[in-house]
Amino acid sequence: MTNDSQQKARRSANSDGPMLRAITSIPALGYLLVFMAIPLLLIISYAFLTAGRFGGVKPPVTLENITRLIEPIYRDVLVTSVMTAGAATLLSFAIGFPAALVISRLTPRWQTIALIAVVLPFWTNFLIRTYAWIVLLNSEGLLNHGLALIGLGPVQVLYTRSAVVLGLFYAYLPLMVLPIYASLQRLDPSLLEAARNLGAGGWRRFRTVLLPLTMPGILAGALFVFIPSLGNFVIPELLGGGKSQMIGNLIRDQFLKSRDWPFGSALSLMVLALLMVILWAQARAARRTREWAG
Amino acid sequence: MARHFARSHRALALGAAAASAALLLTACGGSTSGGGSSVAPSPSFTLDPNADLSKQSIVVSNWDNYMDPETAAKFTAATKAGITVAKHATNEEIVGKLTAGGDSGIDVAFVSGQYAQALNEAGLLEPLDKRLIPNFSKLYPETTKLAFDPGNVFSAPYAWGTTGICYRSDLVGTAPTSWNDLLTPSAQNNQKTLMLSTQPWMNLPAARALGFSVNTTDAGELDQIKQQLLKTKPTLLAFDDTTFYSRLDSGEVNMVEAWDGWCNYAQNKNVKFVLPKEGADLWTDTMVVLKTSKNKEAAMAFINYILDDTAQTWLTENILYKSPNQAVAEKAASTLGKDYPNLAMTPADLAKQEGLIDVGDAAKTYQQIATEVQAS
Repeated sequence: MTNDSQQKARRSANSDGPMLRAITSIPALGYLLVFMAIPLLLIISYAFLTAGRFGGVKPPVTLENITRLIEPIYRDVLVTSVMTAGAATLLSFAIGFPAALVISRLTPRWQTIALIAVVLPFWTNFLIRTYAWIVLLNSEGLLNHGLALIGLGPVQVLYTRSAVVLGLFYAYLPLMVLPIYASLQRLDPSLLEAARNLGAGGWRRFRTVLLPLTMPGILAGALFVFIPSLGNFVIPELLGGGKSQMIGNLIRDQFLKSRDWPFGSALSLMVLALLMVILWAQARAARRTREWAG
Repeated sequence: MARHFARSHRALALGAAAASAALLLTACGGSTSGGGSSVAPSPSFTLDPNADLSKQSIVVSNWDNYMDPETAAKFTAATKAGITVAKHATNEEIVGKLTAGGDSGIDVAFVSGQYAQALNEAGLLEPLDKRLIPNFSKLYPETTKLAFDPGNVFSAPYAWGTTGICYRSDLVGTAPTSWNDLLTPSAQNNQKTLMLSTQPWMNLPAARALGFSVNTTDAGELDQIKQQLLKTKPTLLAFDDTTFYSRLDSGEVNMVEAWDGWCNYAQNKNVKFVLPKEGADLWTDTMVVLKTSKNKEAAMAFINYILDDTAQTWLTENILYKSPNQAVAEKAASTLGKDYPNLAMTPADLAKQEGLIDVGDAAKTYQQIATEVQAS
């Protein structure tokens, strides 16, 4: 399809009339209203109310939940969470990028097999996969028995920050590999060839061609790993042994243990604000790389 | 203390399913018997000992796997009343459901004593009609003196127990006798201990070691408890509420804070339980009847059924918790007490522990301590 006929097709879609467009957008708008706008408004309003004795909220309206957020303990938890999720994201990139590169260079048949292998762990329950790491990492587990065979160890990995990072990395690695793979697929191989013919070395080809052109995929993958890592509370609890709190644990505890829904809502808003800043930065970075590459 | 598995989403779905099943049951019953809801129209709240239970149907919510899976069938066979069993994962979850406003559709709920107390203070519970629960006479006299509900006005005990230290006698060196052995472990046990992270049990070892009440609401005492926990944290391998007994089995840890019945779930024969000399808590899991129940006679009959020997025997033999039913508990003490020493503990010894009660607004401080200790 030429550019011209594409534009015609688009025009004709527009000319279907406002009525049809209104009707076809109802499911999407309804979805946004029911699953995003209403819950969000609830959280915002809860954050300014007082906690009921058994959870729930009651008047009066208060700012106390918001002012509590600046207490050092909550700032520390947030910093810990960002560092942990950031480490998991970097690790995912370090392993996920080469993996995606290798997959994209396989024959189509092997690509399919490799991609299935990447998503295969998702077929198993998340909790079971996380428990498996407990079996692997504990002081009487496979890792330490293996190390003992070659005269090393034991190392205490389980119930440390490293175990949390490892667990998050493992859980969300496919979400890094897939978008990078997709952007590598779109990459014109002749660009790398041209770079090579012009005398660019491997590192330079990576830095000036491969990396910028796959940056949208990398940024998308980084978000897909970072955001769920930031909110995860199962892995910190199981692999971190409850010795480090992440923001997800804190929010969960407000709703299920302290019965302090307003403060839990305030914490959720704080995370939401942070994510909006990150999404804005990501969008800016993606636009700049596009402009640069284009 | 009953289970704390994170299954709330599933339990919610089950609750919804149970509620619709109950509607269905009522609808089915309607065609033959004229409807279950027309049985108790009397506004005076006095229950009818001669009510026709075959026209009543109740919804019972309990922790998953906490009673005989055949309970519903056996109860109906014994009383002719209909029953649907719903599940909840935590006290917080069921209390949330019961306090959401309106009729939760639940007639009988299993909750821990301190939560029963809070529900009663909120005016949600029906006083138990002892005429309809003759099996109260089978319980130990000590069960009428529980701190959260003296005289069993609004709650009936299902199981009770305490909290202590579970340890590997072959790994721990000197056997622990005090909470301080856990809070300040010897070099041999450093990084080889676990504590519970659910309140009030996270506070409990430090509270008792410092000589404070397990229900303390004093700000100064709570601060001292926090300071002790902050000192203890680096010596812990982890906080663990669900798998601590298997960590003892694998030898990852030598010593853990444990609810007494859970110590029995360890397979290793060197795993022992000790009640520290400073004492601990007396926890009780109870059954309560909701004011909103429209089938209160059947609800009372259910409690009566659960207090009877059959259901209580299932509890002691399968969950390995202590029964408040005297005959059942004494039999369990003689047959199982050798392998599971918590079952041999006498109610007199148990009653010496401090009964857990609802701490009201201090619950927030308790959770704040847990957050600060875990995040430190």
